[in-house]
Amino acid sequence: MDKKNNISKAKLTAYAGVLTALAMLLSYIESLIPISFAIPGIKLGLANLVTIVALYKLNIKLAIVISVIRIVLSGILFGNPVMIVYSLAGATLSLLIMIIVKKLHFFTVTGVSVCGAIFHNIGQLVIAAILVENARVLYYFAALLVSGTVFGVIIGVLAAFTIKNIHINTY
Amino acid sequence: MLNNKKIISKNDIILILGVLIIAFAFFIIMQINKKTGYNVSIMVDGDAVKTLSLDEDCEYSVDTKLGHNLVVIKDNEVFVKDADCRDKICYKHAKISDIGETIICLPHKLVIEVKE
Repeated sequence: MDKKNNISKAKLTAYAGVLTALAMLLSYIESLIPISFAIPGIKLGLANLVTIVALYKLNIKLAIVISVIRIVLSGILFGNPVMIVYSLAGATLSLLIMIIVKKLHFFTVTGVSVCGAIFHNIGQLVIAAILVENARVLYYFAALLVSGTVFGVIIGVLAAFTIKNIHINTY
Repeated sequence: MLNNKKIISKNDIILILGVLIIAFAFFIIMQINKKTGYNVSIMVDGDAVKTLSLDEDCEYSVDTKLGHNLVVIKDNEVFVKDADCRDKICYKHAKISDIGETIICLPHKLVIEVKE
């Protein structure tokens, strides 16, 4: 933790910029892969990879900023502007839970990623139920739990390798 | 206790298995309670727009300022044959026929639900 205090703000900002661009790239790639089967809401969550790396390598505030900027800009540029609200709701809950879980040191990066994925889905389901005024969206809960867990593990393992091998220099 | 070095730990496995078990339990409960429905309700932005019967084959066009969706009932199943939304998730959705199943078009705030 002490290492991070020696990094200049400018350097952190630069890293944040690069990670944001990377997150948007991953978001775009994800939009090219048609992974929605018969059930809406299934996502690979590739951009979450960046969020987790930012959480562990930078700081909480930057991780939040990177996520929000990525969601808004990606929504406008490549995705569906309507989905920005749903993504933001999912990301808010997801980030909140990941920050708490990370602080508790109860899981490894993989576990944090799985929690993030699951609560991202829950957040999106809840907001969808509210905006569409129909609680039946919760019917997909079981399927989204499974897809969230599976993809959460994959992204989590990738993130763990990335975090282990990326070095934020303090000079 | 510092788990940043490990890729996966026992707690992670417990979490993953726990979630999968919960999801499986949900799934089993839903499968047991599955019942073929009778009425199909179409709602836009929370307001009922039309109620149709699963027994009668028909095509119903939902045209609002949010967009267009073509709802089709055929052979006791409901599906969306055409939609002008961007993602077309409603169009790709599997056909539904059990009580509680829904097809939702979020950009158009459209909810098609099978009721009893």
